[in-house]
Amino acid sequence: MNLVDKQLVQRRMNRRILKSRIMRQLFFLATAFGIVVLAVLLYRIFSEGIAYLDWEFLTSFASRFPEESGIKAAIAGSLWLMVVTAPISLILGVGTAIYLEEYARENKFTRFIRMNISNLAGVPSVVFGLLGLTVFVRLMEMGRSVMAGGLTMSLLILPIIVVAAQEAIRSIPKDQYEASYAMGATKWQTVRRVVLPAAIPGILTGGILALSRAIGETAPLLMIGALSFVAYLPENIWSSFTVLPIQIFNWTGRPQEEFHLVASAGIIILLLALLLMNSIAVLIRNKFSKRY
Amino acid sequence: MAVNVKELMNEKKTNRSVLAVTEKAAPVFFMVCAIVSILTTIGIVLTLLIETITFFSRVSFIDFVTGTTWWPFGENASYGILPLISGTLLITVVAMIVAIPIGLASAIYLSEFASEKVRKVVKPILEVLAGIPTIVYGFFALTFVTPLLQTFISDLPIFNALSPGIIVGVMIIPMIASLSEDAMSSVPNSIKEGALATGSTRLEVALKVVVPAALSGIIASFVLGISRAIGETMIVSVAAGSTPKLTADVTESIQTMTGYIVQVTLGDASYGSTTYYSIYAVGMTLFIFTLLMNLLSQYISRRFKEDY
Repeated sequence: MNLVDKQLVQRRMNRRILKSRIMRQLFFLATAFGIVVLAVLLYRIFSEGIAYLDWEFLTSFASRFPEESGIKAAIAGSLWLMVVTAPISLILGVGTAIYLEEYARENKFTRFIRMNISNLAGVPSVVFGLLGLTVFVRLMEMGRSVMAGGLTMSLLILPIIVVAAQEAIRSIPKDQYEASYAMGATKWQTVRRVVLPAAIPGILTGGILALSRAIGETAPLLMIGALSFVAYLPENIWSSFTVLPIQIFNWTGRPQEEFHLVASAGIIILLLALLLMNSIAVLIRNKFSKRY
Repeated sequence: MAVNVKELMNEKKTNRSVLAVTEKAAPVFFMVCAIVSILTTIGIVLTLLIETITFFSRVSFIDFVTGTTWWPFGENASYGILPLISGTLLITVVAMIVAIPIGLASAIYLSEFASEKVRKVVKPILEVLAGIPTIVYGFFALTFVTPLLQTFISDLPIFNALSPGIIVGVMIIPMIASLSEDAMSSVPNSIKEGALATGSTRLEVALKVVVPAALSGIIASFVLGISRAIGETMIVSVAAGSTPKLTADVTESIQTMTGYIVQVTLGDASYGSTTYYSIYAVGMTLFIFTLLMNLLSQYISRRFKEDY
């Protein structure tokens, strides 16, 4: 006499295995969905924008006529913005990370800073825009300048840089520190000559990724009043300016169909800039990352 | 060559005192850097608070919270925030309907089914999806998704909640997928192997063992996704329209809190007008919403974390 009905077990097992296989395909389709959307998005933008993308587009100012529109001022503005944002956010971010990882004692104040940084990372970018508009543009009377925009962006990407720098510092093995101290080095000498050189690739990778976020960010700059029609190049950090995403936003908002094609061309430039920055970041990570 | 020992000693001494100064100055400098992040938070809270108080000296708080009409312009201005909140929630709900199933399914696939090779290809692609600037998504929603939807829903207006909602969801998929996958891959292999050894199928291991064990991390990623959807600005500014409306119909043109703030700052509302101050009251509401969501997410992942 059989204690188990073999046929029944077989039937149930087959059903369970079939279910597992079907669900596996469904999960795969879900994963593919994101990739398909990305492919469609890129295809649409490149196929529409490529016709408007020529040397003239890169070297002309914005215009009322789609075929004469160019992106020169926006490219210059985005570069100027980086000139302000990159040094400020890197110095503040790396400084904060060094403080938290090397100097801070484990107390309430340190925990508060940590919690504060992780919460800042979740604040919507428009709120940073309100901060920039009130504090930098009005209170400090910087006006709608590159400086005001750069400072706002620096604060926006600060949490990303801090976290990246913290991770880079944390990945340095303890024996490196001990070797340095054993040679008679002081704390600062160790930070300066052991920690920083070892952490620099990680910091740069994280920093470039954070800056690429700043390049694509639109809302805070719209709010502090970066202009969308600029027919000159910014001369210094106090000039008014426009940036790539704002120029694209402006073209997107026009009712004429041709301007959407111009916007596509602008998006291609923006995406190429991001691609370039990300490639540099990956390159640095692969070339300089040390294994201990 | 004669070496002046005395000179060398003196040099060493001055070097040492310079070193002593940097030794003491360095931690102070780094601490100042760290304090900037606190000042930023204080700056945000104070800015929002002060301007919001000015706003409430002109508009009653009760009307703001319970009013069902948001019309901030002209003589008959009315500041009831409910339409803006309903617009924001509408976008968030649509986005989550897209992002939660697809994000979670992607995470399950990547963590439980995919081979190492597939994972190595797919994960960077999802990262690219997360790195696309939101203005590009907004452009895509307006010029591609809306016309596409119009072929199915014939009377869909150019500006509607559905199309930007879907795209906000697409934007959030990588975040939910990668955070959930992190949570799932931290479930120890011994538990999975135990389940497999007792005759479970891959699917049963995934749904009955891994997902429950990683649930805190998964839910935390959902909440973080909601927070991102609430704060998303450019996609809704471009594609959702600018007509605040208390509605649950996704095919209508609406306005979100973020969309309103951008609209006002674009339109040069004169400094000091009630309209100008209203963006701070809306910003404050937005800030509170996202802060609560972020804190909730942190609480869930800490409180319900399973330690193995």
